[in-house]
Amino acid sequence: MAAGSDVTAAGYIQHHLQNLTFGYHPENGWSLAHGAEEAREMGFWAIHLDTMGWSIAMGVLFIWLFRKAGKLATTGVPGALQNAVEMIIEFVELTVRGAFHGKNPLIAPLALTLFVWIFLMNLLKLVPVDYAPELFARMGIEYMKLVPTTDPNATLGMAIGVFFLIIYYSCKVKGVGGFARELSLTPFNHWSLIPFNLVMEIIGLLVKPLSLGLRLFGNMFAGEVIFILIALLPFWAIWLLDVPWAIFHILVITLQAFIFTVLSVVYLSQAHEHH
Amino acid sequence: MNINMTLIGQTIAFAIFVWFCIKYVWPPISNALHERQKKIADGLDAASRASRDLELAQEQAEQTLRESKEQASQILEQAHKRSTQMVEEAREQARAEGERIVASARDEIEQEINRAKDDLRAQVSRLAVTGAERVLEASVDEKAHRKLLDELAAEL
Repeated sequence: MAAGSDVTAAGYIQHHLQNLTFGYHPENGWSLAHGAEEAREMGFWAIHLDTMGWSIAMGVLFIWLFRKAGKLATTGVPGALQNAVEMIIEFVELTVRGAFHGKNPLIAPLALTLFVWIFLMNLLKLVPVDYAPELFARMGIEYMKLVPTTDPNATLGMAIGVFFLIIYYSCKVKGVGGFARELSLTPFNHWSLIPFNLVMEIIGLLVKPLSLGLRLFGNMFAGEVIFILIALLPFWAIWLLDVPWAIFHILVITLQAFIFTVLSVVYLSQAHEHH
Repeated sequence: MNINMTLIGQTIAFAIFVWFCIKYVWPPISNALHERQKKIADGLDAASRASRDLELAQEQAEQTLRESKEQASQILEQAHKRSTQMVEEAREQARAEGERIVASARDEIEQEINRAKDDLRAQVSRLAVTGAERVLEASVDEKAHRKLLDELAAEL
């Protein structure tokens, strides 16, 4: 509780869960939002600077690290970095080979990007909850939510990317007609049930990205809230709960990144299959 | 926690990262991995081939050794035979030489005996003549009886 003793617990939690939002406010024009109320009033045409900034930073870190390993890659004895990178790549390749039954050179790099990027974004969660908001407050920036995956915009944004790929490959592999036939004639192959099938299948299709994004968001957000609640304890008691929870979250972080990746690959595999 | 443009921004960022990964990150590492796998497989292959070669070479070396040993013993035997032959020849030669020397010595002895016989005959005839002279005193003409005396000497 760095913000001072006059701040209430509810205010503290709200402050830590507020993104740094930049957008067009009906009264103030283009500006940073001061508080959740203003952010809500900005509507859709606003952007979370912290989510974008940290996610892009993690993405660039991923690209930089792996690009460096790729440049140094030798077929001889690998160095430490190459070893680590190769281990991750082999793991992803194995996973993709198990889940994806088809031939598409895009899938494995996609899975690698998803896995490492989400893992790195999740990893920011192990930074103590007060560090980033406090540090940026000192620099005059009011809000700073560090972990991009606790923002549904980020997780759903990635899920939408995967969704586009599902649609694209469904149309490419089966043809637009084939895809439409699949949507309208399964599970009941009868013309009178086409509307029913269509509703069912489209819901099924839309649920895929939604569940993908919301699962990651839900897990990360819940964990974050608990970290913040633990931070409300007296300072000498924090570590008692914080340490086990953080250790547990090392698992959750990796697991959620893995689940997002594998489910994306499975959905894309389904898109490649004929019925 | 509002849904806003961040959603679109994330999708775009996602697309860019995936594109970059496909283009620049995945190929070099994946290639290196597979190339190394191939290299290791080749190495193992070569090792097994080399051990097979070694076995073959060992076998060959053994055979060569065996052959050369055989040859050496053959040569030795030949040399042995030749040496005995040479000894035999030398012995034969020596014997022949010895016989020849003995024969020539015998001839010489014979000649010597004959000469001595002749000498003896002459002396005896002379002695006989001298004796006869003494007996007969000058009654006997040496010139007249020369022929008779020579015949007498030849009969001795």
